[in-house]
Amino acid sequence: MDVNFSDINYLPWLIPVGPLLAFVIISLLTNRSKWVPATDHHEYGGHHPDYDGMEVPVVTTQSRIASIVVGMSGVVAAWLMSMTVFFEGISTDKLGDKTVFASGMNWLDTGLNALRMGVLVDPLTTVMLFMVPIAVVCIFIYSIGYMAHDPRQARFFSLISLFAGAMLTLVVADNLLLLFIGWEVMGLCSYMLIGFWFEKKSAYSAAIKAFTVTRVADVIMLLGIVYLYAMTGTLNFREILNNPETLDMLSNAPAIIFGSWGLSASGLIGIFLIIGTVGKSAQFPLHVWLPDAMEGPTPVSAMIHAAAMVSAGIYAIIRMYPLFAAGADPHHGVYSEPLIFMAVIGSFTALFAATMGVVQRDVKAVLAYSTISQLGFMMAALGIGAYVAAFFHLITHAFFKALLFMSSGAVIHAMEHGEHHVHEHHHEHDEHDEHHHHDETEPHHFDPQDMMNMGGLRYKIPVTFYAFVAGGISLAGIPLITAGFWSKDEILADAWLGLTHGYGPPALVFIMLALAAFLTAFYTSRQIGLTFAGQPRTEEAEHAGLGGPRSIISRTMQLPLIILIPFALFAGFVGVPPEFPIFGAIFSPDGNPFFDFVKYTVLEAFQPEKPPFSWWPVLTSFGVALGGWYLGWLLYWREPVKAGEEDPIKRILPESIYNTLMNRYYLDDLYKMVFVQPSQWFSRVVVSEFIDRGIIDGFIHLIARLANWIGDLLKLLNLWLIDGVGDGIPQGIVRFGVWLRRVQTGRVQQYLILAIMAALLIGLIFVVSTTVAAN
Amino acid sequence: MEFSSSLSLTTITLFLPMVGFTILLFMNEQKDKEAIKWTAFGFSVATFIASLLMAFQFDNNDSGLQLAQRINWLPSLGISYFVGVDGLSMLLVLLSTVIMPIAIFASFNAGVIEERGRVKLYYLFMLLLEWAMIGVFVVQDLIIFYIFWEVTLVPMYFLIGIWGAENRVYAAVKFFLYTMAGSVLMLLALLYVGGQAGTFAVPEIVAQVQSGQLSFPMDGIFSTQSFLFLGFLIAFAIKVPVWPLHSWLPDAHVQAPTAGSVILAGVLLKMGTYGMVRFCLPMFPQASVEWAPIIAALGVIGIIYGAWVSFAQTDIKKLVAYSSVSHLGFVVLGIFSLTSAGIQGATLQMISHGVSTGGLFLLVGMLYERRHTKLMAAYGGIWKVMPLFGGISLVVSLSSMGLPGLNGFVGEFTILLGTLGSDVLGTLFALFATAGVIMAAVYILYMFQKVYMGEVDKAENKNLPDMNWQEVAVMVPILLLIFWIGLQPSAWFDVMDATANALVNQLQPHIEAVKNSGVPTAFHDLMMHIWA
Repeated sequence: MDVNFSDINYLPWLIPVGPLLAFVIISLLTNRSKWVPATDHHEYGGHHPDYDGMEVPVVTTQSRIASIVVGMSGVVAAWLMSMTVFFEGISTDKLGDKTVFASGMNWLDTGLNALRMGVLVDPLTTVMLFMVPIAVVCIFIYSIGYMAHDPRQARFFSLISLFAGAMLTLVVADNLLLLFIGWEVMGLCSYMLIGFWFEKKSAYSAAIKAFTVTRVADVIMLLGIVYLYAMTGTLNFREILNNPETLDMLSNAPAIIFGSWGLSASGLIGIFLIIGTVGKSAQFPLHVWLPDAMEGPTPVSAMIHAAAMVSAGIYAIIRMYPLFAAGADPHHGVYSEPLIFMAVIGSFTALFAATMGVVQRDVKAVLAYSTISQLGFMMAALGIGAYVAAFFHLITHAFFKALLFMSSGAVIHAMEHGEHHVHEHHHEHDEHDEHHHHDETEPHHFDPQDMMNMGGLRYKIPVTFYAFVAGGISLAGIPLITAGFWSKDEILADAWLGLTHGYGPPALVFIMLALAAFLTAFYTSRQIGLTFAGQPRTEEAEHAGLGGPRSIISRTMQLPLIILIPFALFAGFVGVPPEFPIFGAIFSPDGNPFFDFVKYTVLEAFQPEKPPFSWWPVLTSFGVALGGWYLGWLLYWREPVKAGEEDPIKRILPESIYNTLMNRYYLDDLYKMVFVQPSQWFSRVVVSEFIDRGIIDGFIHLIARLANWIGDLLKLLNLWLIDGVGDGIPQGIVRFGVWLRRVQTGRVQQYLILAIMAALLIGLIFVVSTTVAAN
Repeated sequence: MEFSSSLSLTTITLFLPMVGFTILLFMNEQKDKEAIKWTAFGFSVATFIASLLMAFQFDNNDSGLQLAQRINWLPSLGISYFVGVDGLSMLLVLLSTVIMPIAIFASFNAGVIEERGRVKLYYLFMLLLEWAMIGVFVVQDLIIFYIFWEVTLVPMYFLIGIWGAENRVYAAVKFFLYTMAGSVLMLLALLYVGGQAGTFAVPEIVAQVQSGQLSFPMDGIFSTQSFLFLGFLIAFAIKVPVWPLHSWLPDAHVQAPTAGSVILAGVLLKMGTYGMVRFCLPMFPQASVEWAPIIAALGVIGIIYGAWVSFAQTDIKKLVAYSSVSHLGFVVLGIFSLTSAGIQGATLQMISHGVSTGGLFLLVGMLYERRHTKLMAAYGGIWKVMPLFGGISLVVSLSSMGLPGLNGFVGEFTILLGTLGSDVLGTLFALFATAGVIMAAVYILYMFQKVYMGEVDKAENKNLPDMNWQEVAVMVPILLLIFWIGLQPSAWFDVMDATANALVNQLQPHIEAVKNSGVPTAFHDLMMHIWA
């Protein structure tokens, strides 16, 4: 292999290398700390709250800075190379149709078919290489400030670099196996980063939940990958997906299970792969891990919700779309099992998660549910064949969701700042009142993430406010001026087209998504109202702030927001339908640029039809977005919630519904009751105690006891029979000897008698024997 | 076959530990304590270097025996000293010679050896064990194989019995008797095979079987070949251990000293799976094909069962021990998929399991040295006080649960490939095996959470020292292997590719025959007997 990394075919190899190398360097070299006894620790006056009675690792400033520099260099390098590839990609005519940038090498050689690892840049990858690095760089900058006071900042940078590296690996992968490796490493990173503060029970529980739930899905996906390989002998995307014969073969072969019910191999593989995404992109019923995942530091949430993890799930199924659509034609009403599966799961999840988003009090929880819901939009879109629309929404969503999460992180930081202020203030009071143990007797349960504790923050943190609003209106799909509107509108337009033809799945998708979009607009409006409108509801909110406009924290946390605002608002203009009044003429005079670029990823047979312009879906988009927003405005802006007041939604909704929504439809409890507890009981009591200790080991012990018993029996037998005979003969001789000894008395007379008797006896025998012989 | 009678590299590798053993015999326990340790370590390293030289001379494209040497021993009985390596045994020799120096080095500061004394005896047993292990993997004569097979028992018996934990005598006796019981059956079977073939040299027997010159009747499950196959198989299955013959393993592991556990998990268990590939498959091809579904089913049960029992454990060492049952179930499944991918995956999984489970036992040993308990409940928050130790433990744990990018995944993936591509196993095998992969994540994460995460709430744990340089040195080779196999597995597959393909080609006619003739397999047969 003649490797030349200045060649565009080889350059993609280097994109993930930067962050991965940063991970290695930080982990091995720059993550240094000095251990000092807690009593020597200067910052906390000898009583470090987290290290009671222990030695404390003190990370030197040099180590901190070195780690940040290494981490940043890694991602910036990745970003620069990605941009090179991106511009090369968009300037290539019909990238994906004829040319792709690709190269590979042998990885696993087991005789029949060598597995090759390689990179591939087609339109899908090109667009991802635009979105991911920008979002990641923003998140990294943001982390400098956000993690500034954390003693494990170096470790944070090493892990998040690995996270970014894994995501980029996944994006440039040319085969499912490399994609799966990146996919799983990301799962690991999410585990370590959600559980970054691993001392906290809530954090490590959330981490384990995230890893196990996604792992269940991943292993099923792995089964799909293995099956696909067994069927085709390759895992390379282009060889499978851009090869009509392979797709035909897969869609005609019956599946190994349910094959007799008419399921094709491509159908089964498709469903296995989609289940992987159901886990990774938190779709019903495996969505339960994502709301808990906010236990990690906020930059991690941004990483999971926008740049990496959940986007990877959708990216993978967009990538594999031709396999799902093999043998089907969604644009003419022919749906395959995987497509219907996606349409149903996606549209249900979109609405289901949106209903839960409506009642959340935690500022990050609202966003978490909105993510689940928006991913449902994409999945549903893919289910009706709206391949480009789903991808478009993935990109715009990543931008506005990254923006929203980082803004919410800034809000939380500001609230913590306020809490710190209030705490110190109280402390002074306490000292005056001689109540030294105020904190211990009356633990201060202040939740800086609870929106009911906020209010009026727009004046305290204006930059964050504008950023939040920009992200929020994009999420709500406020018409014309936001990216979210254009991508959501395209999904609805596609669904509408199917609906007008009278197909079932698009009709379902259209109705469910329209309802979900309405709720989305409502809860976003509610969230912004609760957080920013009116007057501060607590003392903490009154003192909220980012520590002065010139502080490093304030700067590094606000810069990414400012970078992302334009993306969240204007990224949608690359995909305006040409027929759209005014906007079409401005942005798409030569046809929809996004659509025309991305469509060449797949074979012509799978390229989605461009829906003709129709006012109905557009008006629906207008209606649900503005209607939902207006309803939120009515409840939360016109008369902002005051301190001590209840959440208006609690008044409106019946209590039972409110409680059901707050308790996530009791699904977590159900899973605990049905899966977690029984399997714990089963493994402990049945398998381990009863079968393993009782039966299997018991059986061995029984054999041992039986052997012992036989041994005892043999010993007895031995004593009587064998020893009886063996010992009997010598004993007899001895006894005879003892008896014989009595003969030897030492008296001569007796000897003489004996001698005469013996002589007589011999003489008698002699006479008798001779007479007998004579006769 | 003609082999040079001059000293081959294989013989040198095999007998280097014995040279060390002899030298150690003449050293004084009291005066040369340190010298004894370093001599033992030195010879294990020398053995490793010799095996590396073997690997360099090894030709990947040759599927037959290489670096072979043969000296007639009892020509009248057809017994000879016959050693050599092919793709499979080469890797396992390397595994043994890598694990051994690690285990010896890790014993240098082991408290239990200091406490119970008899340092010289300990290292004598280690070298004896290494000699016997390498012997098992390189010997090509059934009788000599049997001798080496039995010799491995002795040092391990004493390692557990003398330097083990509280219940050591029970564990040692159980280990010894259980394995002995199995090998007696094997002895009978191999005497019969040797008698029929007129030679005990395995390549010759296999050649006779292949040419049809020697054939053991195989009709139904109560036939000669079936019994011979089972004679070997049961001995190997106990060693692996295949469910339900595993109950000696947790006891032996929990009671053994750290180095003993490392060797036991790292190498000794692989003697069983190696034996299946080396002896059962080529000598009894029809029986292998017919019994494959049953043995593979036991493997799958082992995968799920081991994982499930692991999850219930409160003792870290026991958890790791049961996880071995699960992992080796994968190996058995791979072997009896009777495909090249399955067998290669199984062999790689043997190496991977040796590395990662060996690593886990080393880590548990380090915890034990500090706190003298193996109960998970005694820990919590260890990551905070021992960050380096926590990080390394995480990597090894993840490799054990098969995270892609690390070693465990490659073997599991390839075994699944082999299982789905198998002509003798159905889809269900793959489905159930994947359930085991999910459960591996559950028990490993459970263990990791109990020990490493959470607050440091026990006063004894608050000031535990992090790893010292010796402990890091022990873990470095393990970590290197974890990443190397995980990221660049083709180097490993290249070594065994030719051998595995040749083996499968040899089995192929029998697989085809069973597939096409519709003759009931042993499984059907067994079912019929049970029903009747």
